[in-house]
Amino acid sequence: MTERIEITETSVPALPRGVKLRFDKQRDQWVLLAPERLFVLDSIALEIVKRCKGEANIDEIADDLATSFSAPKDVVMKDVIALLQDLTDKRILTA
Amino acid sequence: MTSQPSGSEPSGTPPGFPLAILAELTHRCPLQCPYCSNPVALEAASAELDTDTWLRAIEEVAELGALQIHFSGGEPTSRKDLETLIRKANEVGLYSNLITAGVLVGEDRLSSLADAGLDHVQLSFQDSEAAGCDRIGGFKGGFEKKLEFAKSVNALDLPLTANMVVHRQNLANLETMLELAVELTARRVEIAHVQYYGWAYVNRAALMPTRAQLERATEIVEEARERLKGILVIDYVVPDYYAKRPKSCMGGWGQQFLNISPAGKVLPCHAAESITSLSFDRFPDKSLREIWETSDAFLAYRGTDWMPEPCRSCDRREIDWGGCRCQAFAITGAADNVDPACALSPEHELLQALAQEDSHAGSDDFLYRTRRTGLELQDA
Ligand code: SF4
Ligand code: SF4
Repeated sequence: MTERIEITETSVPALPRGVKLRFDKQRDQWVLLAPERLFVLDSIALEIVKRCKGEANIDEIADDLATSFSAPKDVVMKDVIALLQDLTDKRILTA
Repeated sequence: MTSQPSGSEPSGTPPGFPLAILAELTHRCPLQCPYCSNPVALEAASAELDTDTWLRAIEEVAELGALQIHFSGGEPTSRKDLETLIRKANEVGLYSNLITAGVLVGEDRLSSLADAGLDHVQLSFQDSEAAGCDRIGGFKGGFEKKLEFAKSVNALDLPLTANMVVHRQNLANLETMLELAVELTARRVEIAHVQYYGWAYVNRAALMPTRAQLERATEIVEEARERLKGILVIDYVVPDYYAKRPKSCMGGWGQQFLNISPAGKVLPCHAAESITSLSFDRFPDKSLREIWETSDAFLAYRGTDWMPEPCRSCDRREIDWGGCRCQAFAITGAADNVDPACALSPEHELLQALAQEDSHAGSDDFLYRTRRTGLELQDA
């Protein structure tokens, strides 16, 4: 049985097998390819998803993004958790 | 193939390039589902495109801008060259999906498909238990084989989607179908009602659900979506014959999809051959780009210029694209009529009456999908 994954500061997110990040050159955009689905990523989502490698946890990812884009970490953290929870509920992210 | 793809790709992508290709490698299939979306006239094995031609098609479609390829049929695993085709798809960056009934392939073959780069497996179930599943699919022992197959998919850590086509004779099991998908640890399930075309049109009196069944099904799905959030994604394809507005035609006719039949006919949708007033170009007689950009069949209903009133001045014209051409053709006899599922169509009441009548037709006998039956139907 599968259980719903709750994304928290300590989760270590990763793309599961069968989900691929790809640049779509014809349409000049980054996309996540998943079963019968395609998610177009905006620049913020792309930066977040790029860091989901099964290595860094959410806290570290938020730190990294906050530094890279000189943004307040608590705001970044909220955005990261919201996006990744949504992707997890769509079963295209694991943690 | 046994399923009816939902065609629910995201909107907002500018037209001009196909997003996905449905590669129907063969019409051969050990199952005989009475709602199969293949044309009634099934192609013989001898008419099938060879490996090299498919390899070229895969290269050309990636060049055209497609991102996904669905290997379908018939039963695509009955082709021995499937590994070669998957490898090519992988090489040109296409996301590959296998649409299968899961009765021909053991763990060894599946593992060789996975090694070739297969990204995802979509497995069909005709019902949630053996008796119904085997009867509807016309294949004894099929259900057990499917369960085995699903285990192999999981053992290889490939993502699994369960596909369930629903109709009057299996809707009572909708809840157990959803349970089955959870038990099999599918990430996704597709619950797709049959539509009026192809084999399903021939069998409509045995398939059509009642309005009450449909309403109940929708309730079950809505409740399960809440309960199974984060566990199972449920894609639900509602039929539109009891609705007021039609379903969208796959993101617009000839705008996001192309389909290649086993013999190389290039179609704007998997059911398009049911529109006998159209003729289709063949690959490799012409390149896929030439067909996509200039063939009569693709241009016929692409965009909004072809539309009659009331679609032409309707604010939903780029939402549903005037509904389904195949359904319009099946019910009204002309593919450029408004889809009769739309309440603004003069034939809307006719469609609703037909659905009512078919849903109470009383007979549960199927005309199974076989080449022979198809030929007889053609002659009739
Ligand atoms: S015409 Fe009908 S069957 Fe064909 S793609 Fe459109 S909606 Fe689907
Ligand atoms: S009139 Fe045409 S465009 Fe408008 S809702 Fe009906 S089918 Fe769709």
